[in-house]
Amino acid sequence: MSAAFANENHQVADGPVKVYVPIDAAAIAAGSNKVARALAAAAGERIAMVRNGSRGLFWLEPMVEVVTPRGRIAYGPVKAADVEGLLAAGMLEGAEHPLRLGRPEEIPYLAKQTRLTYERVGIVDPLDIADYRAHGGFLGLRNAIGMTGEAITEQVTQSGLRGRGGAGFPTGIKWTTVRKAEADQKYIVCNADEGDSGTFADRMVMEGDPFVLIEGMTIAGLAVGATEGYIYIRSEYPHAVRTMRRAIEIARADGALGGSVLGCGRAFDLHVRMGAGAYICGEETSLLESLEGRRGVVRAKPPLPALQGLWGKPTAVNNVVSLCSVPWIMTHGAKAYADYGMGRSRGTLCIQLGGNVKYGGLIELGFGVTLGEIVDDFGGGTITGRPVKAAMCGGPLGAYFPRDLFDTPFDYEAFAAKGGLVGHGGVVVFDDTVDMADQARFAFHFCETESCGKCTPCRIGATRGRETMEKIIAGRDIERNLTLIEDLCVTMTDGSLCAMGGLTPVPVKSAMTHFPEDFVPAERKQAAE
Amino acid sequence: MPSFERWDLAEASKVVTARASEQGATLEIFHELAERFGFVDRAIVPVVAEALNLSRAEVYGTLTFYHDFRDHPPGRCTIKVCRAEACQSRGALAVSEELFRKLGVGWHGTTDDGAITVEPVYCLGLCANAPAVLVNDEPLGDLRVETVDELIEEARS
Repeated sequence: MSAAFANENHQVADGPVKVYVPIDAAAIAAGSNKVARALAAAAGERIAMVRNGSRGLFWLEPMVEVVTPRGRIAYGPVKAADVEGLLAAGMLEGAEHPLRLGRPEEIPYLAKQTRLTYERVGIVDPLDIADYRAHGGFLGLRNAIGMTGEAITEQVTQSGLRGRGGAGFPTGIKWTTVRKAEADQKYIVCNADEGDSGTFADRMVMEGDPFVLIEGMTIAGLAVGATEGYIYIRSEYPHAVRTMRRAIEIARADGALGGSVLGCGRAFDLHVRMGAGAYICGEETSLLESLEGRRGVVRAKPPLPALQGLWGKPTAVNNVVSLCSVPWIMTHGAKAYADYGMGRSRGTLCIQLGGNVKYGGLIELGFGVTLGEIVDDFGGGTITGRPVKAAMCGGPLGAYFPRDLFDTPFDYEAFAAKGGLVGHGGVVVFDDTVDMADQARFAFHFCETESCGKCTPCRIGATRGRETMEKIIAGRDIERNLTLIEDLCVTMTDGSLCAMGGLTPVPVKSAMTHFPEDFVPAERKQAAE
Repeated sequence: MPSFERWDLAEASKVVTARASEQGATLEIFHELAERFGFVDRAIVPVVAEALNLSRAEVYGTLTFYHDFRDHPPGRCTIKVCRAEACQSRGALAVSEELFRKLGVGWHGTTDDGAITVEPVYCLGLCANAPAVLVNDEPLGDLRVETVDELIEEARS
């Protein structure tokens, strides 16, 4: 399409100028569709517009990039009303303007990162498969085609990749189990039910570089001997659903999916299924139930989904980011990936920084960066200008960390040692106006709303926990009720069937441990001040 | 802006028949019905059960498990307001309260003129642009109490 007018980053003389306007949902939320319409109306034939993914610098969205002889030049945040002025100032030649940001890859927030899994997000046209190839797409798959399933699995094991959905289970070991299982049919299931508050990595890559997920799942299929895959995307992500569906059609027409993947003689095909607003379906067995058309009720394990998963067949269930990391590993080798990271957490983590923070966005870095570096150096503190009180790490089942713990490095084991979890890599920042007792109440409320209801500790515990927190907040029998909460947390942790009930105590307990002052009655708090 | 068709059991049954042979089609059928009619009338339960060879209890159980499948028509526009932590940290509660006050509805409520339905949602993946909402399928971020009027105007247009 627009590649006909301009090559990679350099403008061809006299052709229309290539302009990138993100179509990522967060960019749209900031007004990028309005900017695109204004640009198309004002510049007409002078530009060839590409709707790219977002670079993940969300305070700069909508970030418009213009291809000039000196490379891509970014402007942002651009409002529709800025378009006339930008054009008049010579934006299409990369001219100076108060909104001019220079070369996007030189913006410190991006320059400091290690973009492996997200190497193409924000750069390519998400639905141009030729553009995907031009940026290294399908090289990993081509390498995998020449290898045995065992060799592919071995590469992934050697890379040290662990499940990025939250559990951190080694991907290669999961694949080995599926590969060794004997069955007439096996499946690859991508868990794109990214429900954790503060996370958007799955959404961004599906909207910004959908072919990398297709490639990763195809490699997984070759590795374990599966010919069919499902991507289960939450319905809260309508844009990701549309982009993935179109990308699959394009990949089929191209021959990258179908009866003979890239002409190799082996088959792999994909389907998108949409969730229906149930957080619990991010739990893998509940997701499988939902895919099969039933209530998203958790299954007891064993049997492991790797042996009896979708429709009772061996199934590899992996998170979006895990699968999207595989093509890079298969392109550059396991060692190159494992060279990043620390301890038993190898490679890169895609941290998502959001909430009350000045510079929120996607930060891909080798494991080992500290929480403080993320919140303070990248995030620049709160947008309200007030002191940071807490950062919630790892979604609604993760811990609230106080400043004292900001020296914790992002590493599965280091976070666990501090009573928290890396989870899917979400970090939500709160200023000092947050009431941690209310956040503890909300943790129970969320579990109450989203529990599948199968096991008692989660189904009843969440409701009793919310009620008891309400009593504490109202100042009734605080000591006794806090003891009850402690007791309830033990029951939920030890007795729940899955992580929903099992980890709801994590935010609750972390709030109680690190912010005890928020759990004393209001009048006592006032008296103390 | 979606315009929903009036619920019609015969038409809805055609959707069921067309997809009955797909593996695990229940949710897909409900999604298609919800997209077309705005909700899934519970009268479809025996039709799905018959076509998919399932018990009515199982079909009813599935239909009522998921937040997305309403049992009554929504307003012409649905605003899904995020209630999760990232949005809370930037004043989502005050924004939703202002929205309720201006529209005279609460969660799951529809304005008297049938224009707007407000629904809760837990995370839209727009956490760096909080608080965020979906107006039908169009995301809108960085909301403030002062910009709620603009949001309502957008939803009514």
